[in-house]
Amino acid sequence: MSFADFLFWVVALLTGLSAVMVVVTQNIVRAALWLLFTLAGTAGLFFLLGADFVGAVQLLVYVGGILILLVFGVMLTAQGPFVNLRAGAGEWAVAIVVGLLLLGLLGSAFLMTDWRFLPTQPPDPATSRYTNDLGLALLGSRDATPPGTLPVHPGDQPVERSRVAYLLPFEIVSVHLLVVLIGAAYLARARRRRGART
Amino acid sequence: MDWLADYWPVIRALLASILLVTLVAGSAIIFIWMERKVAGRIQDRLGPTRVGGKFGWLQTIADGIKLIAKEDIIPAHADQLLFRISPYIAFVGVFLSFLVLPFGREIVGLPMNIAAFFMLSVLSTEVFGIILAGYGSGSKWSLFGGMREAAQMVSYEVPRALCVVIPVLAAGTLDLQLIAQQQAGFFWNWLIFHDPFQFLTFWVFFTVATAGCKRAPFDLAEAESELVAGFHTEYSGFRWCLFFMAEYGAMFAASALAVTLFLGGWHTGLFPADFMPGDFETPLGILASFLSVIVLIAKSWLLVFVMMWIRWTLPRLRIDQVMMMCLKYLVPISCALLLLASLLPLLWNTLGLPRLPFRNPPALPVLPATQRMPTSQAMQPAFDDGTQSSTQPPQLTRRDSHELR
Repeated sequence: MSFADFLFWVVALLTGLSAVMVVVTQNIVRAALWLLFTLAGTAGLFFLLGADFVGAVQLLVYVGGILILLVFGVMLTAQGPFVNLRAGAGEWAVAIVVGLLLLGLLGSAFLMTDWRFLPTQPPDPATSRYTNDLGLALLGSRDATPPGTLPVHPGDQPVERSRVAYLLPFEIVSVHLLVVLIGAAYLARARRRRGART
Repeated sequence: MDWLADYWPVIRALLASILLVTLVAGSAIIFIWMERKVAGRIQDRLGPTRVGGKFGWLQTIADGIKLIAKEDIIPAHADQLLFRISPYIAFVGVFLSFLVLPFGREIVGLPMNIAAFFMLSVLSTEVFGIILAGYGSGSKWSLFGGMREAAQMVSYEVPRALCVVIPVLAAGTLDLQLIAQQQAGFFWNWLIFHDPFQFLTFWVFFTVATAGCKRAPFDLAEAESELVAGFHTEYSGFRWCLFFMAEYGAMFAASALAVTLFLGGWHTGLFPADFMPGDFETPLGILASFLSVIVLIAKSWLLVFVMMWIRWTLPRLRIDQVMMMCLKYLVPISCALLLLASLLPLLWNTLGLPRLPFRNPPALPVLPATQRMPTSQAMQPAFDDGTQSSTQPPQLTRRDSHELR
């Protein structure tokens, strides 16, 4: 077992443990703390795999953004000092069904993948060109989807996709987020009373 | 010595971490002494003079011993887990940003081609520790401090990220090492003098970085005239110490980022870069590498000194003024600067004016598609033929194609 494997198991176990704690904890801010460890552990796994950009995005978006918004929301809305969540039976049922479905999805993905094609070593972060590849593929100046069959199903139809397949979805999501931002600013604006002149 | 070769990356990582922790903690000790002297001089008094000779330079050590010897108090109403763990989260976020900071050519804890982005993302995690401290203390003052902190730092992250993009646009890379290497030579090669928008961006970035480190005049999270001490009201002893190490570390990190992006990194700007080859082969090269580390640290400390100067000169803003300054002034200014800085090269090329020294992005080594992503013909033999697969390059990665998809 190489040191990278050892690190992988340590990080993966800690991440999994924190994920379990997120579910088990009833105090919502403590759950946010465990979620922090889960998300940071996921980012650590990305770094271990040499996907620096994805790991950094994970930290920036989830730890630096969403978690803080979560705690901020709790601070603004809580009545008492420490908020406890108690899930009802119905919520447990829904959660278990959704969790089992997700487990089935992940398990089937695990079983259907041909694991022989995975790289033996993660790329060196100093020379890794993954980020450049991502950026160039987004702009369509490099083909990210080579024609050919996926190794999952040998003998499938060749994959056909436009070179700029990712730019349009990216722009759609960006404009959508902009609309959401403007809408949020509109909803949260200071309301003036009708007829009052200042 | 085989085991040494096997574990060299591990040993190297450990050595780098120890050195960086020492640097962050040691700088914090010096900054605290510096802050007292600066504050004293600006307020027309002497500052510490007794401990450790004429200049009182052992004052921080004495304070550190006092802090460690203090009773470690956890309030009865506090959330034990959150209260205990939040100083470490704040410190780790700051410490991680030093991992990718280049102190010289090839002198960097973790070389990474998205170093600037990584630094921004880990610096944004520091705020979480402070919010947790404010919430977990179970005190109204702490909660107010934490809320202000959340509002302030999350808002100021937006202009900070925008301001980092502008020099990155001019440099054409996110790699801090490459950005610093492009600024070699005399000081007019620095990115701050690259075009007028970079010059303006530096000042905006420095303002935003000061606010992002919750320094006065933006230190609303610990406004002692209103909130006792804000988020660290309930903290004492070593945990309190960690918060301050995180704060001074964040000042150092933000200053070092500003130096690397705008002020030439480890280059002095007075000698041509050839004076500092920075290789590790010759004694002169090793000396030059040492010098480059010292130059970067000295420049960063100079910016930290400016932050202290501002702190003891300007009065504290109100929280609504802080938010208004960010959302109504700094965000639009940095957006406009980003737009103009991206339009300038376009306009310049369209008008056919003589070339400004716009930096070309470093050449991307474009691999041929067959080498990077083998087609099914290339990967098919690997299914059944073991001898063939050993001759194939081992970069046949489904995960690779998934990531790019």
